[in-house]
Amino acid sequence: MIKSFSLRLPVIAAAVTASLVAAGCGSSSSSGGSGGAAAASAPGITSTQILIGSHQPLTGPAAPGYSEIAPAANAYFQYVNAHGGINGRKIKYTYLDDGYDPAKTVSVVHQLVLQDSVFAIFNGLGTPTHLAVAPYLNSNKVPDLFIASGCDCWNNPTTYPYSFGWQLDYVREGKILGAYIKQHFAGKKVGYFYQNDEFGQDGVKGLDMEIPHSQVVSRQTYVPTNVNIGPAAAALKASGAQVVVSFSIPAFTALLKLAALKLGWNPTFVVSDVGSDPMTLAGLLEAFAKKGGATVQGNQLTQGIITDGYLPTLGDTGNSWIALFKKVHDTYDAKAPFDGNVLYGEAVGYAFVQAMLKAGKNPTRASVVKAIEGGIAQGASVAPYDYSASDHGGMMGAFIGVIKNGAIVQQGPVWTTDTSATGAVTSFTGTQPAAPANGIP
Amino acid sequence: MTLLRHLVAAVVAGAVLWAASVQLSAFRDFQMAEIAVYVVAIAGLSVLIGLSGQISLGNGAFMAVGAYTTALLMIHLDWPLWAVLPASAAVAAAGGAVVGLAAARLSGPYLAGATLMLAVALPSLAVQFPGVFGGDQGLSVTVTAPASLGAAFPQTRWLAWVCALATLVTLVILANLARSRVGRNWRAIRDDPVAAALAGLNVAWLRVLAFIVSAACAGLAGAMLAVTTSLVSPGSFTLSLSIALLAGAVLGGLGTLLGAVWGGLVIVLVPTYVTDVASSHGLSGGVAANIPIAAYGVVLIVVMLAFPYGIQGGLRRLAGQFLSTPPTRLGPPGQRPPADEHAEDLDSPYRRPPVSEHQEEGTS
Repeated sequence: MIKSFSLRLPVIAAAVTASLVAAGCGSSSSSGGSGGAAAASAPGITSTQILIGSHQPLTGPAAPGYSEIAPAANAYFQYVNAHGGINGRKIKYTYLDDGYDPAKTVSVVHQLVLQDSVFAIFNGLGTPTHLAVAPYLNSNKVPDLFIASGCDCWNNPTTYPYSFGWQLDYVREGKILGAYIKQHFAGKKVGYFYQNDEFGQDGVKGLDMEIPHSQVVSRQTYVPTNVNIGPAAAALKASGAQVVVSFSIPAFTALLKLAALKLGWNPTFVVSDVGSDPMTLAGLLEAFAKKGGATVQGNQLTQGIITDGYLPTLGDTGNSWIALFKKVHDTYDAKAPFDGNVLYGEAVGYAFVQAMLKAGKNPTRASVVKAIEGGIAQGASVAPYDYSASDHGGMMGAFIGVIKNGAIVQQGPVWTTDTSATGAVTSFTGTQPAAPANGIP
Repeated sequence: MTLLRHLVAAVVAGAVLWAASVQLSAFRDFQMAEIAVYVVAIAGLSVLIGLSGQISLGNGAFMAVGAYTTALLMIHLDWPLWAVLPASAAVAAAGGAVVGLAAARLSGPYLAGATLMLAVALPSLAVQFPGVFGGDQGLSVTVTAPASLGAAFPQTRWLAWVCALATLVTLVILANLARSRVGRNWRAIRDDPVAAALAGLNVAWLRVLAFIVSAACAGLAGAMLAVTTSLVSPGSFTLSLSIALLAGAVLGGLGTLLGAVWGGLVIVLVPTYVTDVASSHGLSGGVAANIPIAAYGVVLIVVMLAFPYGIQGGLRRLAGQFLSTPPTRLGPPGQRPPADEHAEDLDSPYRRPPVSEHQEEGTS
């Protein structure tokens, strides 16, 4: 009997090691982007190619909508590649699925940096996911460009010298919405409804900098995993709030709107950009109502919602940027609907091309950081960027819009501000430059 | 005797892993650490299900306990790594004891349900108390290779070393435990709790003990995960992690330590390889993104159809057919082997038939 299992553990040990070694030998040889060509100036950059990577929620809870962003950015890169590339180099964009799971994000980013030797991580999506890799990228001096999250946390050049935000951060957004409420709803009772994480809390921080505290009668939160927001809606109604500011993702904007409808309560809704895409909202409202056995007109319910936007509105077909991105979309990404997510992806792709062109003929990781810190010209965004050596934030402002007949209509000027409690919200006096005729910065 | 043999085997395995880690690229070292995390977690679950006949859908939650313990000890008390790993396992074991006390009274679908609740509820505590646990964004853990190894020493190789060592230690302990009186008692209560109780075994305590061991393994795996990914956040400990552990245990072969290794390899490597293949064949984004999940499902189905005892059980059958063992000795699936032959054999696929009864109770 002893004989029958005397070999057991050694066999296990041998198999463990053999399989781990086999696993290792697989494809480790394909790494390295530093060939002998003269123009191979950095990891991921050869004389003919710029290789960048990203982590995106292509599957899982955050995938609907957000999974359109990376293909849209890639569509713009293909357009650039077809028109000569960046100083002759073609952009290769490898985006891997992290399912919005931070542990998986760490895994795929290690793969991109160590195995694929990407030049930079571009537009990594999500606050909790990207927080998992930002320290790693910075300690390895990998540029971490134009993160797809409005968290104010990326704007920290001391801790994260290689990280750059891009979209309007939630503090600024809160301030801009707050200033609008202070001006247009003076003396009215205001209630907050927000996601209980960095996103909602940053937004509320901004709101509180503008709206007098005495005006705020109720603060309700939700977590994305719990769809039972009935009690929060009832508390907001009971507080007598006439204006409800909602820092929420689209599903919870829709749930709040339906809960209010059920309660026969009709306050003015002010919703953050993230949670107000009219197309997405209308679809969700109709789907949720149907589940509850009711029929609603999505576009009717979104009518009058106040929100903000930092990219031109999709309906503004006269805008040269919308025309450009529509053209690129129709050629390279036609299967996706031309919605806010696609617009976002193409616009952030444009910003990347701007940065790479500015980084010189033979860009290095340090030179692209320096190029962005030297400032990036205003592109598709309605307000300029504030990049400098001490500011890695991104866009400075947005316009206020109202949803009318399923589309956001801009109200008044573009507003800009900073993230401090004292910085004023001022109207932007410049005008957005037109898109370049050839579509390349 | 047994201990010595296991120790020698572990030392040999350690030497080979060390040699491999030096040869491999930085990313492969990182994957080695990832695989090690899953091997430990799956081994713990496999012991619980395969030996004691209980089921847990909540081991992802125990991983969270271990991971948060690691983060808190490192951030607030500055504990060194060698102390943090066992401490995290101990804290998770304490959690396992509490759950085990309740779970020992439950069986079948009720036990599955109770542990499922744990997997869903526990990680959301981190969101409820953001002051302590850092909320949705979690806590970051920084582990650096000791300075004595030199400044240029690859961080991922250090991680691979730490995780491989922890895994080997765990496997040696589990292998000895399974062959000890405790292991025999577990098999006894698994096969027939009434008979075991009549024979004087404390069935409830043995069940709690199995939960403790399983939770300790999960806690250690969580600690290793925290160190490997340098971040602890609720998004890493979703229900799908607990399910993945269960799938890995079944896939590899329940109740076998080698099966846990197979499970870990499949969970970590299949998605990576398939993603590489899918992207190199230029598939469209939406299709390529879902192929790893589909491939994982296909592997799961194929393995279950071809090897009902998991990969390890299947390999044993194949080896049995080609090596000296006469095929007749193996018998058809479901038939109990001669009692003396495999009675104490942790790696035997024959423990499967009695387990399957519990399995059906547990998952139906």
